[in-house]
Amino acid sequence: MTKHQVTLTVNGSSETIDVDPRELLIHTLREKLDLTGAHIGCETSHCGACTVDLNGKSVKACTMFTVQAAGADVTTIEGIASPDGMHVLQESFREHHGLQCGYCTPGMITRAYRLLQDNPAPSEEDIRFGMAGNLCRCTGYQNIVKSIQAAAAQMNAAQEAAE
Amino acid sequence: MNDLSPGSVPSPDDRAAKLKGLGTSRKRVEDARFTQGKGNYVDDVKLPGMLFGDFVRSPYAHARVKSINTEAALAVPGVLAVLTAKDLEPLSLHWMPTLAGDKQMVLADGKVLFQGQEVAFVVAEDRYAAADGIEAVDVEYEELPVLTDPFKALQSDVVLREDLDPEADGAHGPRKHANHIFLWEEGDKTATEQVLSEADVVAEEMVYYHRTHPCPLETCGCVASMDKINGKLTVHGTFQAPHVVRTVASLLSGIEEHNIRVISPDIGGGFGNKVGVYPGYVCAIVATIVTGKPVKWIEDRMDNLMATAFARDYWMKGKISATKDGKITALSAEVTADHGAFDACADPTKFPAGFFHICTGSYDIPVAYVGVDGVYTNKAPGGVAYRCSFRVTEAAYFIERMIEVLAIELGMDAAELRAKNFIKADQFPYTSALGWEYDSGDYHTAWNKALEAVDYEGLRKEQAEQVEAFKRGETRKLMGVGLTFFTEIVGAGPVKNCDILGMGMFDSCEIRIHPTGSAVARLGTISQGQGHATTFAQILATETGIPADSITIEEGDTDTAPYGLGTYGSRSTPVAGAATAMAGRKIRAKAQMIAAYLLEVHDDDVEFDVDRFVVKGAPERFKTMKDIAFAAYNQAIPGVEPGLEAVSYYDPPNMTYPFGAYVCVMEIDVDTGQYDIRKFYALDDCGTRINPMIIEGQVHGGLTEALAIAMGQEIAYDEIGNCKTGTLMDFFLPTAWETPNYITDHTETPSPHHPIGAKGVGESPNVGGVPAFSNAVHDAFRAFGLRQTHMPHDHWRIWKTAHDLGLHG
Repeated sequence: MTKHQVTLTVNGSSETIDVDPRELLIHTLREKLDLTGAHIGCETSHCGACTVDLNGKSVKACTMFTVQAAGADVTTIEGIASPDGMHVLQESFREHHGLQCGYCTPGMITRAYRLLQDNPAPSEEDIRFGMAGNLCRCTGYQNIVKSIQAAAAQMNAAQEAAE
Repeated sequence: MNDLSPGSVPSPDDRAAKLKGLGTSRKRVEDARFTQGKGNYVDDVKLPGMLFGDFVRSPYAHARVKSINTEAALAVPGVLAVLTAKDLEPLSLHWMPTLAGDKQMVLADGKVLFQGQEVAFVVAEDRYAAADGIEAVDVEYEELPVLTDPFKALQSDVVLREDLDPEADGAHGPRKHANHIFLWEEGDKTATEQVLSEADVVAEEMVYYHRTHPCPLETCGCVASMDKINGKLTVHGTFQAPHVVRTVASLLSGIEEHNIRVISPDIGGGFGNKVGVYPGYVCAIVATIVTGKPVKWIEDRMDNLMATAFARDYWMKGKISATKDGKITALSAEVTADHGAFDACADPTKFPAGFFHICTGSYDIPVAYVGVDGVYTNKAPGGVAYRCSFRVTEAAYFIERMIEVLAIELGMDAAELRAKNFIKADQFPYTSALGWEYDSGDYHTAWNKALEAVDYEGLRKEQAEQVEAFKRGETRKLMGVGLTFFTEIVGAGPVKNCDILGMGMFDSCEIRIHPTGSAVARLGTISQGQGHATTFAQILATETGIPADSITIEEGDTDTAPYGLGTYGSRSTPVAGAATAMAGRKIRAKAQMIAAYLLEVHDDDVEFDVDRFVVKGAPERFKTMKDIAFAAYNQAIPGVEPGLEAVSYYDPPNMTYPFGAYVCVMEIDVDTGQYDIRKFYALDDCGTRINPMIIEGQVHGGLTEALAIAMGQEIAYDEIGNCKTGTLMDFFLPTAWETPNYITDHTETPSPHHPIGAKGVGESPNVGGVPAFSNAVHDAFRAFGLRQTHMPHDHWRIWKTAHDLGLHG
């Protein structure tokens, strides 16, 4: 199979890799770039464990070919924290017990990160609708919603204080 | 080291708060790595030269395997080997024992018995090459008649298990048909039938608890690695019972147990799916021995739903009798249990139907009988405890439906009927008609609290008004009030009657206190999201006076952890939690001797006070646990060995019996079958509460799994055995959008026999939640004559129920 050379930006650094045209983005991230935060849960785009941020949109990396991501700007859970420490969402999920087994958590937080960029002050309904592409088997979502609400409030307060 | 000025000594409460011990909503220590994508799950394990194995699976539910041609597959670039039953046979590994006393094909041996069955194992350089290899394996099948209905299977001439002698007994006694596995009975059949035949009122119903699947978000998998130089086999895998896997691996492979290391890394949810031993583990182990390289096997979601560990599939024919005023007099359950192609339940050996005979529930029923017939069909093997103790959720669903049906028969309110028959607080310890000794409970208090919290009378009034409005044509919606009062039986279990493959179901904890006063504790259990690293440290903090933040909890590595039976059936807190407390007490006992020596008093003259030992009557004279730990390593104390370590293997004297009262208020659209959960109130009594935050999280999660099961989730087959629900497109997992908010509440009735009084909670919400959701659907239609309909109550089935009751005009 002819390899394709693909260059993309992952968590701020430029990566060039040789891939088969059929290689899925999730496998490239996990196996070639050793970014194992995003997980595989269903291979059919239902569970969202593989969610990454790609050019400012939430994308399920288990159903996208790596060659489709050529030139893209990708952020994974490993790139969400800043050098100063954890992202507000990461702190908030811990504070409000928004995770249990942790398997869905990277996808969940990466999705919530984009949701709050798109809608900085979501209602509970907005959050439940906006997070419906990410499945969790442990928490029943109640504390995930709470974690995201609290993170939004904290981010907005910080924003106001800065202005 | 002691500051004796009185003003500087923090109060006992302040000191206790610093420990973050029992009863604290301590934040989880696991979360920092999980929120940053630094968990270490089995598919994250990457070893040098690692290969990837995957299965050729049967497209047929029942067929003879005429031939398997692997030639083309071996020519595929990257494919190194293809294993079939013929390759495993010389090693006697083409079949393996199940946990239920049966045996199971590792790879198809002459025939296949369910769709998705493992036929050949392709080993390749990566998962893409393995997939190519699978496509190139040529298997010739000859289709055979398919049996998917257990009742028909018991009548059919088609023999599924040709490997079994039809005349010989099975693992659990005589078999009455070639497709019969066992008849398991408990209670007094004659006396029960006598009471039923003479009763004022008898309600009879077939209650079906459909086949479903635990479906953790992470599927099953392993990485097997044979180091041929030192003869050591290491297996990383998604194991809920790593020590049992080590023992089974040793028995199967002949490798001595000390040369096998089993490691359960982080596990992405288990819910019973990861208790059993699957062909993938065996094949990966054989493949690493054959190739000399590490071999990874990871299920995809379709493999997971089609082939590993279904749950339930119990047809429960019930009879319940009562006096005219509603006092229950007898209960009978005749169950037909569909086990699929192999009996691969994960029950304690002596209980082929698990603890189903907890089915008298929370009620004082004088006489009862249970008979369970296990049956082979052309479906995937299993029968695991999906977020419940063994078959307890089937039992709870059964009795809570029978109570509702009896209430209809009596024309009585179902809440009143329950209260009238509860085991009373002064009857505990209570021995049930089916032989269980319930440890503690106060059902009336919990029930009254729940009914008041939801304004039960107000709900019934509102419901009656809505029925009238519906009849007048003013609304097309009906309201259901789903009641449940459940009693669980968890914490398996006493070694005298509970074992898995001969291993007694004790559990263990080993503690080492370091010289500077911090500690590491290792347990025989393994967390899959329950937060053991957080909560077990809390138990130890209270027992030893060392802050929970200074205690590391480790599980899942059989080279370091003491032997234990693992985590399932809500057994970690009742069994390993007890071992932890007992090991902590051993530490404290030695610490007392050291403290007495340091304080120059007799052992009996010091007493434990939160984080220190004080001289009785002279609290200003004390030694903290930190002082004592240091002394244990740096002083020669006459008659006391150096060091501060302890180990406890805990054989529980009894099970624990958590209970709860749940109320679900649901509104149903008669024309669309859609439903809206207006309120869900869950009161749980799990005895002593270790970490209320984690308990609440467990309840939320368990209720959502119950919602899934009751309202849509099922493993369904067509008549030729095709699994119709093999992906998350078809298999219902609720999203945040469908899931309601839950109101949680509690009472606290400690277990009298558990060292800290804790009973376990992880599975209660699933056990109690399923009947609560289902009873709400049934209750909505009670006024229109519905007695019993089958789960899952998806929109179509609810619509169909309304239609069959003539509500569509």
